[in-house]
Amino acid sequence: MIEVNNLHKSFGDNHVLKGISTTFEKGKTNLIIGQSGSGKTVFLKSLLGIFEPDEGTISFDGKIYSELEENEKRELRTELGMVFQGSALFDSMTVEENVMFPLKMFSNQSKSEMADRVDFVLKRVNLLDAEKRYPSEISGGMQKRVAIARAIVMNPKYLFCDEPNSGLDPKTAILIDNLIQEITDEYQIITVINSHDMNSVMEIGEKIVFLKDGIKAWEGTNKEIFKTDNEAVTDFVYSSNLFKKVRQAYIDEN
Amino acid sequence: MIIIKVIVIILLLSIQFLDDKPYFYPMIYIENLGRYFAMLRKVFSKPVKWLILKDLILKEMNDLINNSLGIVAFISFFVGGVVTIQTALNIDNPFIPKYLIGFATRQSIILEFAPTFVSIIMAGKVGSFITSSIGTMRVTEQIDALDVMGVNSLNYLVFPKIVAMSLYPFLIAIGMFLGILGGWTAGVVGGLTSSEAFTTGLQMDFKTYHIAYAFIKTVVFSFVLATVPAFYGYYMKGGALEVGRASTTAFVWTSIVIIVLNFILTQLILG
Repeated sequence: MIEVNNLHKSFGDNHVLKGISTTFEKGKTNLIIGQSGSGKTVFLKSLLGIFEPDEGTISFDGKIYSELEENEKRELRTELGMVFQGSALFDSMTVEENVMFPLKMFSNQSKSEMADRVDFVLKRVNLLDAEKRYPSEISGGMQKRVAIARAIVMNPKYLFCDEPNSGLDPKTAILIDNLIQEITDEYQIITVINSHDMNSVMEIGEKIVFLKDGIKAWEGTNKEIFKTDNEAVTDFVYSSNLFKKVRQAYIDEN
Repeated sequence: MIIIKVIVIILLLSIQFLDDKPYFYPMIYIENLGRYFAMLRKVFSKPVKWLILKDLILKEMNDLINNSLGIVAFISFFVGGVVTIQTALNIDNPFIPKYLIGFATRQSIILEFAPTFVSIIMAGKVGSFITSSIGTMRVTEQIDALDVMGVNSLNYLVFPKIVAMSLYPFLIAIGMFLGILGGWTAGVVGGLTSSEAFTTGLQMDFKTYHIAYAFIKTVVFSFVLATVPAFYGYYMKGGALEVGRASTTAFVWTSIVIIVLNFILTQLILG
């Protein structure tokens, strides 16, 4: 379990995170939603250790990150997988080399063992013919799948995704969402996703944390979000007429 | 002491016009200097696996040294020729022996042109390559990806460049040889001097200490060429436009650091 307790983060006079507390459980896809500038990315980057919190703690299965020794932090980082918004694949490496990179860096496996593992995860994300191609030679959706393969190649306990389906067409976005949910369920990992996409919220949001101006304004599941009276959430989630109608239909039906 | 103080004041005042900031920001320069040394400490800590470093070093040797051979050879040969022509044309007095053309060419190329001015050219070529490649990795979150994985991104990105640049003195040695060859070609083929006179000038009053001085400078400049552009690439913020700006700033500052260190090293070694 990831436990976040009273997390504060400021940049100069800009107080971005104002005391966020929440938990993320094993085998669930957790979504962080909120308007641009609400602190989602800072929150995710704080979870990843890229930003050091000014106050509060983040613990991974009982281990408080800020209290760990440097080598323990490094060890913990090998248990984290991250899918960046722009995929963040290494331009100078092929798809295969990108996925193999964490193995080369942190495992003591032989070349054939590493190649087998890369083959396995590329099959898992349905990318079989692209292994010798460079990131610039494949589509955005394929790049996201390579990023997911790279994130899971070390069998992480925790998977973080920053807007994994931004810039993708709706069909590919659903494929990526489903893939993340399947992997979370299959490997029983803790997945935390930053998202703007309301389809993702409705489809895979087993737990949703809504941030507004650096404060946790609401949390619940994708079922509960239909019924909530929290105005900030409904304003954000049901900002389009289509979603307003979907919500009304759901309420009428239930 | 007074001369040094005056030079420092002139330097600080002139720096503000070289940078794209309209007025003097002494605290920013001091802060950047501190961050640069903090960066160096991280570069040499927590090294990544040798298996990975080895490949990176070979790749950097190809990118930074091998790919610069052509431009260094071309510029050195022709500048050597120009030095010879200008020296020859400025010797009007018949009492001045022709072998001084070879002597002046040798001294100019070995002491100043090859180590210092080739380094300024390399600040443009290699420096902007380093800044833009690291800056692009920063913009596209590739550096964040390395950090999240637990890789020491500074060691991974900068250390192989420093090691690769240890071959830079060989590049400068080639520049010295071709510069003098260019001088000989321009002087002899152009009929400005004889081959014997030029060679006599080359051998005249030769001090191996001058070669040592040139290579000491080269080694220091190679470190500057690898690290200052890396600093501007690694700590840049923004998008594609800022990558371009960072490359320009890196070129300006690398050139400034090389010129200042050239002055200090010359004073220390030859002064």
